[in-house]
Amino acid sequence: MLDDFFIRALLAGLGLAVVTGPLGSFVVWRRMAYFGDSTAHAAILGVALSLAFGMSIYVGTVAVALAMALLVSSLSSRGQSMDTILGVLAHSALAIGLVAISFVPSARADLSSYLFGDILAVGRGDLALIWTGGALVLGTLIWRWQRLVTSTLNDELAMAAGIDPRIERLVLSVALAVVVALAIRVVGSLLISALLIVPAAAARGLAPTPERMAASATAIAAASVAGGLWASLRLDTPAGPSIVAAAAVFFVLGQVFRRF
Amino acid sequence: MTALIEARNLTIHRPGSAETVLQSVDFRIDPGEIVTVVGPNGSGKSSLVRALLGHMPLAAGQVSRRPELRIGYVPQRVQLDTAIPMTVRRFLSLPRRISDHEAAAVLQRTGVPGLQRRQLTQLSGGQFQRVLLARALLHVPDLLVLDEPTQGLDQPGIVAFYKLIEDLRGQTGAAVLMVSHDLLVVMGASDRVVCLNGHVCCEGTPAHVSVDPAYRALFGAGAEGTLALYRHHHDHDHDHATVPDQGCDHDHHHHHG
Repeated sequence: MLDDFFIRALLAGLGLAVVTGPLGSFVVWRRMAYFGDSTAHAAILGVALSLAFGMSIYVGTVAVALAMALLVSSLSSRGQSMDTILGVLAHSALAIGLVAISFVPSARADLSSYLFGDILAVGRGDLALIWTGGALVLGTLIWRWQRLVTSTLNDELAMAAGIDPRIERLVLSVALAVVVALAIRVVGSLLISALLIVPAAAARGLAPTPERMAASATAIAAASVAGGLWASLRLDTPAGPSIVAAAAVFFVLGQVFRRF
Repeated sequence: MTALIEARNLTIHRPGSAETVLQSVDFRIDPGEIVTVVGPNGSGKSSLVRALLGHMPLAAGQVSRRPELRIGYVPQRVQLDTAIPMTVRRFLSLPRRISDHEAAAVLQRTGVPGLQRRQLTQLSGGQFQRVLLARALLHVPDLLVLDEPTQGLDQPGIVAFYKLIEDLRGQTGAAVLMVSHDLLVVMGASDRVVCLNGHVCCEGTPAHVSVDPAYRALFGAGAEGTLALYRHHHDHDHDHATVPDQGCDHDHHHHHG
């Protein structure tokens, strides 16, 4: 019953869940919910540049996503609010990307295939990429965890402890950019943005500490991946949206059983 | 005696502009001293504190901190974000992890024992300030820096909080640098008061400062009442005035021009 493509899809989803739990928690704590969308839009520009210069799509999208991360952290250091920055950058990146891609005739046709991946079509190479990238990002988060949480809570308290909040903000932005850029091609922009935000939001009311919230978010993301893929196999529904719908169910349950 | 922090000729601009927030301020705090900085809103109190801590660039002057100086800091108006779940216990372990025993002991000392499992967002204003103070007391500071620590507390809460600060100074010998606008209570608790309005208007013992014309001019009629109440509680004693009246120019942008 479990075909090979299904196992690969499951492994890809679980690989993402492991990193989107903690990373998505930071997204919720720092109110960066639109970061995923901004990066996804910026990826169009990355695709255009990659095709124009004959580079790998991954190189182009990761490079543009990193540039976005740098812009986000430098603008927020200047006192712009995060939702405004993300709104400006998301729309600008989308517009500039669409303009840029109009100069690359070969790209126009398969633009959507570059951007909206299909988790059921995940190959072995994609799996390796997701698990390697995910492990690197997760390792970075664990390594800097105390500093990241302190500066997320309050900049002044962080500075008094010798932590530079700008550096922690940059670390998070870069980690987000890498995960989103790697995942877009494989699982699509809808799925990666949703896997960042929905499980973390669902876990918010269930956990008393940041660590437990991050772990709960990962568990919910993993359960959503498994449940969504199972539903898609049994009911012949589209895989990505089924995973997001499963996460949404967990979000509703999380509201009902809210304790903190 | 070596100062814990000493600043000379400190000038600070508002970030991103040439507007002067503080002009030519000299400041020092010695071990074991309680120094309170008072001044109206916008007088540069918080900027002074942040510059002394090294959180803010200087336009001119120098700040020297004693080597290995351990500072416990309670910043002004800690905005608690409801998006992040945080128990008191977990908060005390940020960013350096401490044992359960240390956590219990420090909460006991600041008068809020047993709050470990509470969410920060469920605390009252007074409890939260005491938890912040407890966190600042970890790692045995030489200097406690408290920026408007009594904001949001009622009058009995303010009195109790300052009493706690005095007790802690007595127990630990830590110096205390406080920023406040609670004129009355500040008077009783401080060894030295610095009256700030873009520059140092006047400075000295509470008794000295409260009769200073510059202080009265700055705080108006309220200052008279403060003085009366202060005299009621303390023997009026001019002998400990350490710094002569420097006078006060209210439009500090033109001062020292």
